[in-house]
Amino acid sequence: MRPVTHCGILELLARTVISNQVGGNMSSKAAASIVGMMAIALYSGLGMAAADPYQLNLPEPQTIIARQIYDQHTMLLWICLAIFIGVFGVMFYSVLKHRKSVGYKAANFHHSTTVEIIWTIIPFFILVGMAFPATKTIIAMKDTSSPDITIKTTGYQWKWGYDYLTGEGEGISFLSNLATPRAQIENASPKEENYLLEVDNPVVVPVGKKVRIIITANDVLHAWWVPALGVKQDAIPGYIRDAWFTIDKPGTYRGQCAELCGKDHGFMPIVVEAVEPEKYTQWVAEQKSKSAAAVVDVSKEFTMDELKAEGEKVYAANCVACHQANGKGIPGTFAALDGSKVATGPKAGHIDIVMNGKTGTAMAAFKHLSDVQIAAVVTYERNAWGNAAGDVVQPSEINEFRK
Amino acid sequence: MNTIEANSVVMKKLLIFTVVMFAFGFALVPFYEKICEVTGLNNLLQADTLAENPQVDTTRWVTVELDANIQGLPWQFKPLQSSLRVHPGELVEVMYEVKNNSDREINGQAIPSYSPQLLAKHLKKLECFCFSKQVLKPNETRQMPVQFVIESGLPTDVNTVTISYTFFELAGANAANLVTKTNQS
Amino acid sequence: MAAVHDHDVAHAHDHHPSGMMRWMMTTNHKDIGTMYLWFSFIMFLTGGVMALTIRAELFQPGLQIVNPEFFNQLTTMHGLIMIFGAIMPAFVGFANWQIPMMIGAPDMAFARMNNWSFWLLPPAALLLLSSFFVPGGAPAGGWTIYPPLSVQMGMGMDMAIFAIHIMGASSIMGSINIITTILNMRAPGMTLMKMPMFVWTWLITAYLLVLVMPVLAGAVTMLLTDRNFGTNFFNAAGGGDPVMFQHIFWFFGHPEVYIMILPAFGIVSEVIPTFARKPLFGYSSMVYATASIAILSCIVWAHHMFTAGMPVTGQLFFMYATMLIAVPTGVKVFNWTATMWRGSMTFETPMLFAIGFIFLFTLGGFSGVICAVVPIDIQVQDTYYVIAHFHYVLVSGALFGIFSGAYYWLPKWTGHMYDETLGKVHFWLTMIFFNLTFFVQHFLGLAGMPRRIPDYALQFADFNMISSIGAFGFGLSQLLFLYVVLKCIRGGAKAPAKTWEGGKTLEWTLPSPAPYHSFETPPVVR
Repeated sequence: MRPVTHCGILELLARTVISNQVGGNMSSKAAASIVGMMAIALYSGLGMAAADPYQLNLPEPQTIIARQIYDQHTMLLWICLAIFIGVFGVMFYSVLKHRKSVGYKAANFHHSTTVEIIWTIIPFFILVGMAFPATKTIIAMKDTSSPDITIKTTGYQWKWGYDYLTGEGEGISFLSNLATPRAQIENASPKEENYLLEVDNPVVVPVGKKVRIIITANDVLHAWWVPALGVKQDAIPGYIRDAWFTIDKPGTYRGQCAELCGKDHGFMPIVVEAVEPEKYTQWVAEQKSKSAAAVVDVSKEFTMDELKAEGEKVYAANCVACHQANGKGIPGTFAALDGSKVATGPKAGHIDIVMNGKTGTAMAAFKHLSDVQIAAVVTYERNAWGNAAGDVVQPSEINEFRK
Repeated sequence: MNTIEANSVVMKKLLIFTVVMFAFGFALVPFYEKICEVTGLNNLLQADTLAENPQVDTTRWVTVELDANIQGLPWQFKPLQSSLRVHPGELVEVMYEVKNNSDREINGQAIPSYSPQLLAKHLKKLECFCFSKQVLKPNETRQMPVQFVIESGLPTDVNTVTISYTFFELAGANAANLVTKTNQS
Repeated sequence: MAAVHDHDVAHAHDHHPSGMMRWMMTTNHKDIGTMYLWFSFIMFLTGGVMALTIRAELFQPGLQIVNPEFFNQLTTMHGLIMIFGAIMPAFVGFANWQIPMMIGAPDMAFARMNNWSFWLLPPAALLLLSSFFVPGGAPAGGWTIYPPLSVQMGMGMDMAIFAIHIMGASSIMGSINIITTILNMRAPGMTLMKMPMFVWTWLITAYLLVLVMPVLAGAVTMLLTDRNFGTNFFNAAGGGDPVMFQHIFWFFGHPEVYIMILPAFGIVSEVIPTFARKPLFGYSSMVYATASIAILSCIVWAHHMFTAGMPVTGQLFFMYATMLIAVPTGVKVFNWTATMWRGSMTFETPMLFAIGFIFLFTLGGFSGVICAVVPIDIQVQDTYYVIAHFHYVLVSGALFGIFSGAYYWLPKWTGHMYDETLGKVHFWLTMIFFNLTFFVQHFLGLAGMPRRIPDYALQFADFNMISSIGAFGFGLSQLLFLYVVLKCIRGGAKAPAKTWEGGKTLEWTLPSPAPYHSFETPPVVR
């Protein structure tokens, strides 16, 4: 844990000014016209590092929508600041001068229709000025037409699933889990740079291509949010919603689930990796060959130890959040596996519940895992903690089960 | 009228108002559905009829992406093609395939959802597996068609749309409720 | 009217039960007001302890103090308790004490119902709090209890739903009482447009409560049947729509926000003229502004749902309507400023809190306008920015209003002056720690920290630490308030009938402390 090193008020103020200047440089006509002078005066190429602990403003925008949002926010801040100075300038002048202790005698006026009409109408026009650029951005945000690639993202408790529906990479499908080890969360080992913002499988997209993202959920509400892309959309089970982005430059952009979805809501980040189109083509090829390899694996026989070792990893990625590392679950909320009837009973029942979930409970279906992974985790659960079923589940059995 | 009477008159009015507002809360449900129906957002589970002689607008192409989801039941569900290009006004048929992976008979109901949402207003489905529940025997595979027309009223700036279905298991109350709902509409 | 008091007077004088029974059976508006205020203070501390636990967990990255499930229970219960247990009952307490005294009425219109509406609250609060101890724990779906997550919860959710029903019934009964009292029991000569602003704001608030509380009751009832009886109002599998819950909830929820702020507007509109020794500027435009805020508040609910996915036209409508609220709110702020302008001001604690209110509430208003702009809202929705925004309007808005009113009327209620020095210390500590806690949360939200998370990325560490330090300072400062109040009740300089030189409303014509029965003969207002 880094100590708070320099959080002086002055520095905060200085940073507020600086970050507003950065906003002024975001090349928007509207914002520039207001802050242009000061922005030029103070421009010194100050960008914001992704992990600046004193980041005061929206992250550096990477899409046209995010940039418009950034500029509008900056414009509104300046308008608010102007009103703030106007209103509180008057009020604090009054507080200083019109006080009894300096002998000021109260006047006795109590209304002025003219003044009241003026200060009803002026704010109205200021608001119209604010709403105008926003309206244009809203319309642009909704324009999901003619994408190069369509990706569906599905919110699960508590991970994201991605399916590349159309365009280059069609057919790629994977899950994206939090990659931060449990030990870091529980303060058992030092936290690394991208603590809680790292995943095992990031979404890879090409730069300069319009990506349409279809958002849905499998259990409860989630929200897919990547600040630098200017996209936040609730994921609603049974319904699809869409959004779009075109990323300008390669990089890794991180976001998080933004709608409370239960226990591990804070632990389902989103990582978008934008790469050059050629690298994207390469990545697609890799993914395809990987899924082809997975099919071949099925007939291979594994030993108990191999399966248990692999199963422990799968368990740590998918099961530990609810059933806990000790297999005891959380009484009253999540079932224990240690000594449970399912994990010590017949194999078929155990495989069924892992693959298909249990309706009416938080137990989700995990059939999206590979045959090897399911075989491994089932074997692990049957032979870990106090469980000693002693049997081994082979990937071929899972494959058989799928048919 | 003395104060006590006047007070009880006000109280009665306010109590009636309270009850009306409570009912209004529930009335919002059909009201919401009605709004969705009028705007075409939610015309889900019934067949549409076509205008007499739909004009096919061959100057325009709309890309239709097909999507499939399952929620909480051991089925596999996918469209047989991921996307297609159609002209507004053109009658097209696409196929979805569903497979029951379990060894029990399961009732499923597909709920459609469209993106962008305004597509709902301009999509006319003549035939769809979502109009009725689907009963799949153990390990049964079924191919199911959807016949639809995208009306030429679809705004010209929309040229990519998604039609998505999510299969839910119909069990007990869900089943009964949906059947009545479908019958009413 | 004579009939009313003869009965009440006889009743009260004949047997005036003491001890516990006095409070259980009382129909006196002052007793009931006192109970409301103490109840709300206890709830404020309860919700505050939860908030401090949350802030303690967020002091550093990593999980230290509570596990994520319990964290979610805390955020949910903190919200429910502060809204339904602390802020709303506090304002009803003020209404009970002040409305009869300010309109020259002997008591509330329905004294017995007044007793019931208070005594519904403690059992409801107990029911809500005891949900922590049932299997599955307290509801953990956020105070907005969105399905389908809230359908997944254990029986704690059912208990919370019942508690909301009971508290809603209490609010509705209270509102009916307040409306009837204001409409029917004003002293002769007090026309509606001569009523003190506090009475006006409460009249409008009470109408809003009767309008939306039943809708909330409907929404949670539907949730209850979805959970327990297999209905499918909000379940896509059965033809329902989870987003519909959000529409119904926020149809209640947004006016609710104004229910919590309008009475604070009223208090500030009393305090500012008193200490500026000058009449309220633009009385009638204040009334119209309050009414327009109330009306507008009923057509802006979907701005809480901009990220839920809405057609363009919907987003535009709700954005424009929401931004429009800034107009009447601005009028209020300008009117308060104009009231202070060329006044002869003194800065006793109530005035400090009132100025603090205007200052910080306006900041909350600015962030409100920023949130109303759909594209920006897409970025800040469900982040700490929103947390900062609504704490600026609810803590430095509603709560500062409550503090201002409490200091303003404590001498009238207790007969003693409170300790002015300690009061000022309380104000400055509250002001400093409040800003320390919540101002930095704007930065956290903009930088990308979602709300309702028990652990966060390292880049958010420093501001969270500052915020947690501020929160503990803020929480501890409130114990000073408790001390000031207790000290004031137990003794202190004798307060004159007209405690404040600029006090113009009717309660200042009564002796301090206000007699148990006041205005049995209505005063005549010219």
